[in-house]
This record gives sequence, structure tokens and C-alpha cells, in this order.
Amino acid sequence: MQEFLQLVVSGIATGAIFASLALALVLIYNAMGLVNFAQGEMAMFAAFIAYTLINHGMSFWIAFPVTMVLAFGGGILIQRIVIKPVERAPVLTLVIITLGLATLVNGFAGFIWGYVPRYFGSPFSSDSIDLGGVFLNERDLGVIGVSGLVLLAVYLLLQHTTVGLTLRAAAHHPEASRLLGVHVSWMLALGWGLASAVGAVSGMMVAPILLLEPNMMQTIIIYAFAAAVLGGIESPLGAVVGGLVVGVVINLAGAYIPNAGDLQLAFGLGIIILVLILKPNGLFGRAATRRV
Amino acid sequence: MGRKAPGLAAAAAFLLISAACGGNTATTTQTDVGVTSNSILLGTTIALSGPAAAYGTIANAENAYFTYVNNTQGGVNGRKINFKILDDAYNPAQTVPLTKQLVEQDQVFLMFSGLGTQAQTSVRDYLNTKKVPQLFVATGATTWGKDFGNFKWTMSWQPPYQGEARIYAKDVLQNHPNAKIGVLYQNDDYGQDYLKGLTDGLGDKASMIVAKESYDVTAADPFAQLTKLKAAGVDTLFLFSTPKPSIQSLAFVSKVAWTPTIYLNSVSNPQVYMLAAAKAGAALKNVTSVGYIKDPTDPQWANDDGMKLYKQVIANCSTCNVQDGFNIYGVAVAYTMVGVLKQAGNNLTRANVMKIASTQLNESNPFLLPGVKVTTTSNDHFPIMQEQVITWSGSLWQLQGSIIDERGSIK
Repeated sequence: MQEFLQLVVSGIATGAIFASLALALVLIYNAMGLVNFAQGEMAMFAAFIAYTLINHGMSFWIAFPVTMVLAFGGGILIQRIVIKPVERAPVLTLVIITLGLATLVNGFAGFIWGYVPRYFGSPFSSDSIDLGGVFLNERDLGVIGVSGLVLLAVYLLLQHTTVGLTLRAAAHHPEASRLLGVHVSWMLALGWGLASAVGAVSGMMVAPILLLEPNMMQTIIIYAFAAAVLGGIESPLGAVVGGLVVGVVINLAGAYIPNAGDLQLAFGLGIIILVLILKPNGLFGRAATRRV
Repeated sequence: MGRKAPGLAAAAAFLLISAACGGNTATTTQTDVGVTSNSILLGTTIALSGPAAAYGTIANAENAYFTYVNNTQGGVNGRKINFKILDDAYNPAQTVPLTKQLVEQDQVFLMFSGLGTQAQTSVRDYLNTKKVPQLFVATGATTWGKDFGNFKWTMSWQPPYQGEARIYAKDVLQNHPNAKIGVLYQNDDYGQDYLKGLTDGLGDKASMIVAKESYDVTAADPFAQLTKLKAAGVDTLFLFSTPKPSIQSLAFVSKVAWTPTIYLNSVSNPQVYMLAAAKAGAALKNVTSVGYIKDPTDPQWANDDGMKLYKQVIANCSTCNVQDGFNIYGVAVAYTMVGVLKQAGNNLTRANVMKIASTQLNESNPFLLPGVKVTTTSNDHFPIMQEQVITWSGSLWQLQGSIIDERGSIK
């Protein structure tokens, strides 16, 4: 039982990592109607920026917002330079562009910082809390807590502010929004900026656990996709719940299905396929309706 | 059957060359493709980008040694060594065309220190068919020395993983005879090679291994596996994992207040990773590994001639971090390569170089631990088979006991 609980707890901790990145994926999806394959790499790049700031003497809690602002600006810049020219192209073109962007950002980070895994300081202690033999790590709790706060902020922004309303309108009904005087293109850029900032939080939170190197997010992004799809690709809450579920499921499967310890990624992809077949809208997604 | 052919062809080539040499005087120069009167061209493929790009510095360090030899000794017997380095990003699908490019287009004399087990396996057939030496591949897989009979143009340099694991087995039997061993290993040739060495080394005590768990390189972390090992009552943990999962494991063990004796494979023991693990929260108590190269961060070598030479050599590489253990590895293996070329003298043919490397090595390498020799004989093609147990002191690795020799143990 103790073993089971420990697996669940460390699964939740791993799941929080997936959830934080899935959140950024969902934001871009809501802003653009597409998945951004470069999301993980952008988060990694932001973590490197934070690392550089901290190494130059900045304290973590100052570097944190500074990096978020830089990432926000970077996201907008990427949208303006790379995405805008092909804004009206088919979705496939955009997806391929984000794939290319992923490789580009990865290579660029490697070029600047090299590939040796580095320790990235966490503001949370690495001590554990002993709950009757099940150990809860404070650093993991920090990731969960910060992801929760980001989720709350995103929810409030999208659902309870005019900017949020405009963002959603621009993404889902671009033509109508344009007629109402909304700068659709700039709203999409704002969506990229926001997603990039949320991704930066993810990068800074998980870097102490995954170790900072250019390939840090490469497998995480697949689990984050699984989490986002499981939660219903449009739902921020779904992304977080999906992340935690995926984390726990792959941990338990790895431990209790014989010889499955090395099949974790297969489980992640299996979840994507199963959800798409059985419940295409995920746990929290709304069924798409179309007027005929 | 197909694998026998290169061996026979190699033997035939030896006969032809010895026949050709027979009538000549000693001063006549015999050379092959890639050698001119004033140059020798070597080639390599290594990861300069991609997941294993941390290794890329090895090639630059090797080049630094060749530059040193070219500048201070005028090359080898008047021939300057040129070294062409291509980036295969640790991806065997790129290793194949790049290797063909080096052999057929650039016309290298031999391939030197290509990196990665899978990458080098993917070109082994090709290079053996072409009879191009694939010398001192930078991987610890046991197959290089073990399967030399089938691939007579391919050799490794560093100690094989199985030999290292056998040393751990000896250490456990001697110091922890009642250990309950748990093994975390990567589910590929690398992890399984180590596991086999440990199991073989324990012999009839192999039942000391009470649990073993594998992980895939694509896993986010190995925490599920470690939780199971802990629950199985393991008190002696073997980490046959690459640096990232090893660091995560070392930190996780401390997170869950687990205090096993830990054996950490040498792939993951460079100081930079140990310090990263410490910062990530690992207590690093009772951690054992092995070494065979002098550690540039260890103050005991400050006045050592070999270390002084290393520092002089590595100054030829502007991007090389002098503290990085990979760089002294590169300089050390380049030293052996130059030794082989010197020994070949004016009989600078691929066959002769291969013959010297695979059967006549007998070198004291200034960059290796005192007592470690680089040797090969007609029936032993593992150049380095001696290592020394090291334990982590909190800031650096400390040598324990004396050199342990595993020569001849792998059949």
C-alpha cells in the first residue's frame, strides 16, 4: 500500500510537469486552433534565459517575472515574424512551421549554452515531508502550487476580462470579430505571447527536476500532448487534470504491468490514441456542433 | 556466414602485403589511401549536436592533441595529421552516409574514435567490407573486443562495460557480502551489457540481485522503477543509467529517505554530474564507481607530468573546458592513435596499422591512472582492462585500493 501511495504521489509530481506544459499548449490551441510543436522548446529556451539571469546575480523571484515578460515579448515576436506571413495558410502549413521552429530553437539553445545537463536552482527546498512512509517533496509541491496559480490566472483572464473575451472571439470567429473592430491578428499575437509566458513558467518550474539542457522538454511535450488531448484540447482545467492523470497512470503502469517499465512513452501515446477514438472531445471538452 | 567474409578478406590482404613487402628493403615506403609524403588524413563522426552533444568536445580534444604533435614534433615521421570531424548528431541514420563520405569522397586513411554504440555498429559492416580501420571507437560496448574475430577492422579503446560491472561484482562480494542488490538499467545494449557483466561477475552469488528494473531513454524520469526497487527491500543500488536519469535517481533516493549503498556506472560519474546531483538534493553517501583516466579536477595530479602535458595540449582547443573529463579522454585516445602511427613507421598501410593496434599495443599512457596499460595481443583485443574503484568524498572522487585487472575475464 505504501509503495502504491508513493507511486501515486510521485506520479502526481511528474504529472504536474506535464500539466504545466499542457496548459501552454491549450492556450495556443485556443488562440490559433492549432497545436504548437515548438511549445516545449520555447519553454526550455525561457528556462535558459532565467538560468542566465540567475547566474548573473539576479534572485529567482526577480528572474521569474523578468523571464515571463521576456517570454511574452518573444512569443509575440515569433508570431509577428514567423506565423503572421502564413496566418491564412492551411493548418498543416502552420503545424509544419511550428515543427521547424522546434528544431530551430533547440539548435539555437545548444549553440549558445551547450548540451551538458545543468542544475537549475529551485526556489523550493529539496526536503521531503514524511507522511507515514510516503514522501512528499517540497519542490514537487511547489510545481503543483505554481501550476495551480497559473491555471487560476489564465482562467480569470480568459473568462472574466474583456481582453480574454476578445482573445477568444478573435480565435473562434475571426471574420465576425474583424467586423466588430477587433485587431484579430494582434489578438493572435497576444495569444502567442501569453502561451509563451505560461510555457516559461513551466520551463522554470521543471528545470530543477529534469535538469536544464536543450533536450529537456523533448519527451515531456509528448506527455503534455497526451494530457491536453485527454483533458479536451480546449480546456485549461482539462489540461491540468489530464496531466496529473497521465503522470499517475504511466507511473502505476510502469510499476505494475510486468516489463512495462520501459514502455512509458508508449503508454503516453496510447492514451492519445484511445482518447481520440473513444472520447474525441476529452474529459472537459465540449462536443463540436456544426450548423447544417 | 556473411560476417566471416571480412575476416578472410583481411587475412588475404595481410598475406598480399607481407608478400609485397618481402622483396623490398626496409627504407621503402608503403602507404595507402589518405597518406601522402607529408600528411595523414583521419576522419570521425561524433555528436556535435543533438541529445548526446555533450560528447562532441572529445573530437576537439583529439584534434588538439594532433595539433600538438604537428606543431611540436612536425607530425608523425614528417607527416602532419589532418583530422576531419563530421556531426552525426548521435543518429545512426546520419552516421552511415557521413562515414561513406569520409571514406569515398574525402578518402581518409582510417576512421578514428567514432562515437556511439549504435552509430558505430551501423557502419561496422561497411568499414570491414571496405577494409578501412575503424579504430578505437568511443563506446564501451563489449562487442568490439569480443567479436573482433568477425570484424577484424574494428576496435574499441576504453574498458568494456562488462569488465567494469565485473569489478563492481568483486567489490560487492568483498565489502557487502550480504547485499540485497537492485539494478536500474537502460533497456538497450548499454544497460544490458552492464547487467550481464554484473550477473556473470557475481557468478553463483547472482541471486544477490533481488530486483532489476529497466527504463526507456524516452521516459521523463525513473521514479516508478526506483520506488519498486525500494519496496523490494534493496539495500545496494546499481545505476546502469546515462547522466540525466542517474542524477535524477541520486536525488530521488535522498528525497524518499532511502540510504542504499550506490554503485554508479562510469558513463555518469564525471564530477560535473555529481555536483549537479548534489545541488538537486542528493546526499551522495556511499557512492562507488570506477576510473581509469586521471581526473583533471583531482588536486593530487596537480604536479603530475601527464596532467601538465594534458593542460599544454588542451590549450590548442579554444572551446575545450580543461576540467571536463571527456577532454582528457580525447587526448588520451589520440595519444594511443599517434603511438600506433609512429610504430607503423614507413609501412603506413591500413593492414599494418590494424595489425599493430589489434595485436601489438603495449603502451604506458601518461593520461591514464598509474599502472593502467594499453595492451593487445594476438588473442586479446580489449586495449584497456584495468580500472580502480573510486568513492565520492563530497567534492571529488577518491581512489580506493589498487588497480583491478579484468583482462581475460570476458570470453
